[in-house]
Amino acid sequence: MPFKPVILWTDSLIYLLLIVVIIFACYVRRNEHLLIPWKRVGHSVSGMMALTVLILFISIGLLDTVHFRPALESNNSTSTEKIYDAKVLSLFDIIATPLRTNIEKTYSAPFATHLYSKEIIELPQGGQIREFPRLKFGGAHLQNPEKQFSADIAWRTVEGLCLGFLIWLIFVTLLVKLIAYKSGMKFMPVLSIISRGETEIPWKYIFIMSALLLLIFGITLSLSTHYHIFGTDKVGQDVFYQALKSIRIGLIIGTITTLMMLPFALILGITAGYFKGWVDDVIQYIYTTLSSIPSVLLIAASVLMMQVYIGIHPELFDTMASRADLRLLFLCIILGVTSWTGLCRLLRGETLKIREMEYIQAAHAFGVSHWRIISRHILPNVLHIVLIATVMEFSGLVLAEAVLSYIGVGVDPSMISFGTMINSARLEMAREPMIWWALLASFGFMFTLVLSANLFADAVQDAFNPRVKTLRLINR
Amino acid sequence: MEQELVIQRNEVRLVNYIIRRMLYAIPILIGVNLITFTLFFVVNTPDDMARMHLGIKRVTPEAILKWKQERGYDKSLIYDSAEKGADKFTNTIFFEKSTAMFVFDFGRADDGRDIAHEIKTRMLPSLAIALPVFILGLVSYITFALIMVFFRATYIDLWGVVLCVAIMSISLLFYVIGGQFLISKLWHLVPISGFSGELDIGKFLVLPVIIGVFSGSGASARWYRTIFLEEMGKDYVRTARAKGLSESIVLFKHVLGNALIPILTGAVVLIPSLFMGSLILESFFGIPGLGSYTIDAISSQDFAIVRAMVFLGSFFYIIGLILTDISYTLVDPRIRLE
Repeated sequence: MPFKPVILWTDSLIYLLLIVVIIFACYVRRNEHLLIPWKRVGHSVSGMMALTVLILFISIGLLDTVHFRPALESNNSTSTEKIYDAKVLSLFDIIATPLRTNIEKTYSAPFATHLYSKEIIELPQGGQIREFPRLKFGGAHLQNPEKQFSADIAWRTVEGLCLGFLIWLIFVTLLVKLIAYKSGMKFMPVLSIISRGETEIPWKYIFIMSALLLLIFGITLSLSTHYHIFGTDKVGQDVFYQALKSIRIGLIIGTITTLMMLPFALILGITAGYFKGWVDDVIQYIYTTLSSIPSVLLIAASVLMMQVYIGIHPELFDTMASRADLRLLFLCIILGVTSWTGLCRLLRGETLKIREMEYIQAAHAFGVSHWRIISRHILPNVLHIVLIATVMEFSGLVLAEAVLSYIGVGVDPSMISFGTMINSARLEMAREPMIWWALLASFGFMFTLVLSANLFADAVQDAFNPRVKTLRLINR
Repeated sequence: MEQELVIQRNEVRLVNYIIRRMLYAIPILIGVNLITFTLFFVVNTPDDMARMHLGIKRVTPEAILKWKQERGYDKSLIYDSAEKGADKFTNTIFFEKSTAMFVFDFGRADDGRDIAHEIKTRMLPSLAIALPVFILGLVSYITFALIMVFFRATYIDLWGVVLCVAIMSISLLFYVIGGQFLISKLWHLVPISGFSGELDIGKFLVLPVIIGVFSGSGASARWYRTIFLEEMGKDYVRTARAKGLSESIVLFKHVLGNALIPILTGAVVLIPSLFMGSLILESFFGIPGLGSYTIDAISSQDFAIVRAMVFLGSFFYIIGLILTDISYTLVDPRIRLE
């Protein structure tokens, strides 16, 4: 094999989460009453547009999750054993190889062809001058940057637009064909219905959004191979590449934390509400105590202790990547352990309500066991709360990561995340001349991710929350 | 006469209630203390921490012992079988550190200063930020939400909500960096950071307070809007309208008054986040408050300070909870103190 697969801890959890989501989706598909609110989500214009963006982000994150160690080409062909690189790469790294490997000397502005600082250059005929040296990769194909620059950019933009449009056409054709096939109609009538916006699922807006995304994708694809579209950082790494890599960390923090939080919230919340009495008292005491500690401080204290632990036991980690990864996992666990109290309280309250329902009393009368009542009658009826809490929590966690990294208790400093990017960009803003592009890139990506997560969460909440219907009526 | 008696009885009840709530707070504080103890002394033993502090390699046992002695960590954790009688429990780290905590004696920081004294001097600058942010925030969020509700189902409402979602999708760090850049660096309106105890304190406080209020506006205003809308659907609002009251009187008198209860509950939820907010604000703007103290302690790995702040933070939170419960009774006569 030319590579050796590596499954980091967070990777395995992402796969687990993926399996859970797929099983849940299959389960929902088979139950009409569960499907109804999801259909309502599907009818929300802003929700579906946000979902389109989220899917793009998630696919980048998933590509970045498939890790492996490539084999090194050995000079010694007789040896049967292959030697693998110590550096862990992901599928995304391979796709983005030009971005990853085109490393300049130091800072360069977006679309620059020259470095951002003057350097002393030895002239071939002897003597030295101080000027902005050319970049090794950014715009290196241009013979005469001053003259060719704008024409090259324009040409490549047009090229990218065409490419994006082509992909979009294929995408739309395939999807419309699929819809036509499912509804048993011909291709053209379906297309005209969609273009008039008369479908239940707002396909028109989904197509508009995907057109926008794919056009941007095309442009960045054709430009980023020859320019640093968001400039480079201090050590000359492409900022665009860093921003793309940050997506995975943001997604992991947002999702794995929830995964860690759910068992606590579900088990404790439902048992407290169901059994009442002293069990309830103990669990209430636990979550009141935990929630009375300001979460930042609790997280900071836990992370500090984890750092001490990792510092004392360096032998537990074989590579830098696995250490950084384990630190990320611990951060998720800590965030999860400190943030389950809110959901637990909600679940307890809902269980208290449900357990007095007649069907539960009937189940009691039939002698159904506690475990069965909880798993068959209570759990399915509180799942919508869990779902709403999960999607609402996501964006907050992505934002929290940045703040925690600033405080110094976030992800490993060697890891590229939105937090570490902002943190270094903050110092660069104070430089003269100012370096603004890293901040702009992290702002753009983070804002898009969090905004679409927020909009999608709103759509889910609207669809699942029974109270919202009354709000709608008042609104009109 | 009778009315006076009722009022008096209510006052007695209130005092009783407050005392009972205070007593309830004690087990919670003990729990908090247990958690911090586990975190700071059990997860990593004092030996580990000493080694971490003094550098992991090349540490002599004497140096570790000296480090522990300076901090009073050179005892057993919870139980010491070598001692006699009650000393088995009292002459331990757990007992000594916990009891000290409850009388607000936090010991000394790594730089040798008394933590309790530091906290006292830093309390005021912290309040100077947190209090204006809290009050101005509450007023402006309610105003913003009321405007959206008054123009509900129009474009003002729609774009208000869009604005809210956009505001809450931006990290606080961006607001701070952007605000400092625009207002201080580009326009030179106020100093970038700093603090003074004199009368010119205002110019240092303006920017952090504005940023603090603005960054929280999205989530809060949108939430208050939902509360108002929910209140609008109730029967008494319909009755008020049926009586022929104008929309603005219904909204500003009836709905606002009734919606204050859930808003007040929410205000308590805001208290911990206020702490988080001022953590960032204080350290960015160089304000010598509790937040920047905590951040400095975290970055220099001063465990004693972090432990003290965890305890103090939850102490304030519990006080906040009690205060809200009391303010409930002032706002809503229906709530009885049982």
